[in-house]
Amino acid sequence: MAEVSKLPRRDFLKAAGTAGATGAAMATGLAGCSPTTGTPTSTEANASAAIQPPLVLTPEEEAFFSASVDTIIPADELSPSGTDCGCVTFIDRQLASAWGGGAKTYRAGPFVKGTPEQGYQLPLTPHQFFVAGIQAANEWSRKTYGKPYDALGPAQRAEALTAWEAGKAEFSSFDSRLFFQRLLQITMEGFFADPIHGGNRNKVSWRMLGFPGLPATYADKVDQYRDKPYVVDEPQSIADFS
Amino acid sequence: MATKLKEVDAVMIGMGMTGAMMAKEFTMAGLRVVGLERGPDRRPHEESILPRIRDELRYVQRIELMQDNSVDTIAFRNSSGQTALPIRRWSAFLPGEGVGGTLNHWGGMHWRYLPTDFRIRSVIRERYGASAIPPDMTIEDWPVTYDELEPYYDRFDKMCGAAGKAGNLKGRKIDGGNVFEGPRSDEYPTPPLKSSAGAVLMAEASRSLGFHPFPSPFGASSTPYTNIYGVQLGRCEYCGFCGRNTCEANAKASAPSHIMPVLRGDPRFELRTHAFVSKLIYDRQAKKVTGVLYTDMKTGEEYEQPANIVVLSAYVFGNTHMLLTSGIGQPYDPRTGRGLVGKNYCYQFEAPATAFFENRNLNPFIGAPGDRMVIDDFNGENFDHSGLGFFGGGYIVGGSGAAPPIGGRDVPPGTPAWGSQWKKETVRWYYRAIEFNTQGSVYANRANYLDIDPTYKDSLGRPLLRLTYNGTDNDHAMSRYLLTKVDAIIKAMNPTTYEMRPRPRNFTIVPYQSTHNTGGTMMGTSPGNSVINRYLQAWDASNLFIMGASTFPQQPGYNPTGTVGALAYWAADKILKDYVKRPGPLVQA
Ligand SMILES: Cc1cc2nc3c(=O)[nH]c(=O)nc-3n(C[C@H](O)[C@H](O)[C@H](O)COP(=O)(O)OP(=O)(O)OC[C@H]3O[C@@H](n4cnc5c(N)ncnc54)[C@H](O)[C@@H]3O)c2cc1C
Repeated sequence: MAEVSKLPRRDFLKAAGTAGATGAAMATGLAGCSPTTGTPTSTEANASAAIQPPLVLTPEEEAFFSASVDTIIPADELSPSGTDCGCVTFIDRQLASAWGGGAKTYRAGPFVKGTPEQGYQLPLTPHQFFVAGIQAANEWSRKTYGKPYDALGPAQRAEALTAWEAGKAEFSSFDSRLFFQRLLQITMEGFFADPIHGGNRNKVSWRMLGFPGLPATYADKVDQYRDKPYVVDEPQSIADFS
Repeated sequence: MATKLKEVDAVMIGMGMTGAMMAKEFTMAGLRVVGLERGPDRRPHEESILPRIRDELRYVQRIELMQDNSVDTIAFRNSSGQTALPIRRWSAFLPGEGVGGTLNHWGGMHWRYLPTDFRIRSVIRERYGASAIPPDMTIEDWPVTYDELEPYYDRFDKMCGAAGKAGNLKGRKIDGGNVFEGPRSDEYPTPPLKSSAGAVLMAEASRSLGFHPFPSPFGASSTPYTNIYGVQLGRCEYCGFCGRNTCEANAKASAPSHIMPVLRGDPRFELRTHAFVSKLIYDRQAKKVTGVLYTDMKTGEEYEQPANIVVLSAYVFGNTHMLLTSGIGQPYDPRTGRGLVGKNYCYQFEAPATAFFENRNLNPFIGAPGDRMVIDDFNGENFDHSGLGFFGGGYIVGGSGAAPPIGGRDVPPGTPAWGSQWKKETVRWYYRAIEFNTQGSVYANRANYLDIDPTYKDSLGRPLLRLTYNGTDNDHAMSRYLLTKVDAIIKAMNPTTYEMRPRPRNFTIVPYQSTHNTGGTMMGTSPGNSVINRYLQAWDASNLFIMGASTFPQQPGYNPTGTVGALAYWAADKILKDYVKRPGPLVQA
């Protein structure tokens, strides 16, 4: 894993296009369909987006997210790694957004723990939540493995994530399970959201699933494609229409 | 000090679905109307357009169109022994804001209640004995019958351009429609949607078990249609984005697309957005609301808007909250069972299931809630409850489709949630899942109610509304029963694998379940059993009319909006025919 992330991003993004298209063909069971690669121009555009400095993430946070999204979405025959799909860029932008700052959230006290049925009751905004959570997670990782999370090898990263997921890791003053759930959620959002938000680079997850994207006007296709795969050569995203 | 404005004929508190409907009906009759809406204006040609509308992150995950919890929210607890805490961000239900309100992002499941639903207390007693209803089940008959409401259901269908297939036309049963429904005076305005592959399979299996499948009625036009206001509607495109979003095809019913185009330019109508109503000004002696107090959220100025008729159309929570904070009616007390404002809060009791089919290609992104198939064999009093140990029921719906990728990726139980194996399984099953849902009733219980929270406040300084709610034994038993039927249907479909998802014991405010909150300002036959009369007129304030599902005595096994719409038109008709000529109580107490 560590070596992988040192490879030049540009090469990876090229690989992203190819791997994604293979996945789409698999998903739809169309072996004869020729894989499409991302056009060079969109790859260039994505590559330059990738080297932009983060908006809010510190180097430690960036390293943490990179390591965790690569564990949640490892590079394999279906997609490149979470980082190479843009998940870290996505998370950075989301945490810098109005949502990340706690917009449209009731934030008056008193703050009381409450029951699980009562939902999220912390004063922390999503951004503050991840800042505090990453500190707690790295502290736990140092205590357990002697290193911060991003310095662990693939097997230990997965093992740690499994412990958080099961609620078996005691973070100091932080709910490891809740942290895991939110980490998983925001990673998946980055992987599957429209690329306009910085993740899902080159529509890689849409190719993988066989999700055609826009415009989604199907009234005339319902009968024709009932129980038959509806396949497009190239999924369309918001930017493709703009 | 609030600036006092010039009196108008009528003021709407909330310009969501019912506010817009009433404003339209009133202005057509010549009344001068002001619509006060807490949220922004919403214009379909600016907001509901491609490509931006297809942003699943923004609209579905970040719930762009929903009410701003930082301004106002409600507090929640499961039982009265607990301390309620604020809902900090909506999840289980998603009230909207802005012109069009919650209807802008509804799913469009478009239903009428059964004739027996309106007389449920009497029907249960007739069928199962005078003591059949447990003492804590506070269900009531409605003060209006299906037959009385039918013309208004029909009018609402024709405002929406609804799609579907009648199963009972003037008493004649029609195969392929819902043979259990009450008689309709007319067919649906537009034909049912084409069924998804999953829906076809569900219908075949249901039929093989002797059930009566039919296409899900849909509050959107399946073909171009001109509605009762002369607005030209488009056709549903099966885009898969209904449930959190407006409709760029102008097909799914909403006030901005179906009413506002012909209301906006009317000189008798004035829309004020960002106008947050804090209080009804109540004259206890005269039993009238003389006007409303609101804050212009753009300037911070406070205004008093006097009006002859006050329409409270602020969704279930806003309606109940407004009465409680304005001192109208007696707050409900669960210990004594006395008081009526806040009583009989109900919800929808849904439990889903998913079945996976190895060799299917179900194109999960193509679809709309209206392309499902439904059976109604186990709803309300459509089946015999003798010996079952519960009352109520619900419809069962199944189909594939309408699953954008962030939120719509089902994998079989036991699949890891991340890693390469997760990815493989996600790709393997993405095209291969069929979803089922049971739309269960909630029969009122004395422990579930709305009142005022002692601790938390909204941005205007008002105490929050407090919701105390949990699933009852009756509703859990009902839901388990419905799931046995789903189980039978799924087995008959011969899936590779499947998962039933019964509701957890306690109601939780995450994840999303439905925005089918009901009750709090219930309608009834007398001031002793209700807050409003059969014309939605408050017993304690004869010029105050309350719209929306807060008026329901309890929630049958269907989505509420069809009945909300019918009740609004029924009340509008009576107000314009009788009340305007002779203001005063329309029913003698
Ligand atoms: C995701 C989702 C899916 C749904 N799917 C279905 C479905 O498939 N079938 C179905 O039957 N129903 C469905 N519904 C429910 C349906 O949307 C509601 O029943 C319907 O919108 C209720 O109309 P209303 O006029 O009572 O309230 P609303 O449409 O919510 O209007 C209330 C308005 O009042 C405004 N307001 C509130 N308080 C104030 C105040 N103090 N001052 C000023 N303005 C105020 C609000 O901002 C809002 O605009 C769904 C709802 C959601 C959220």
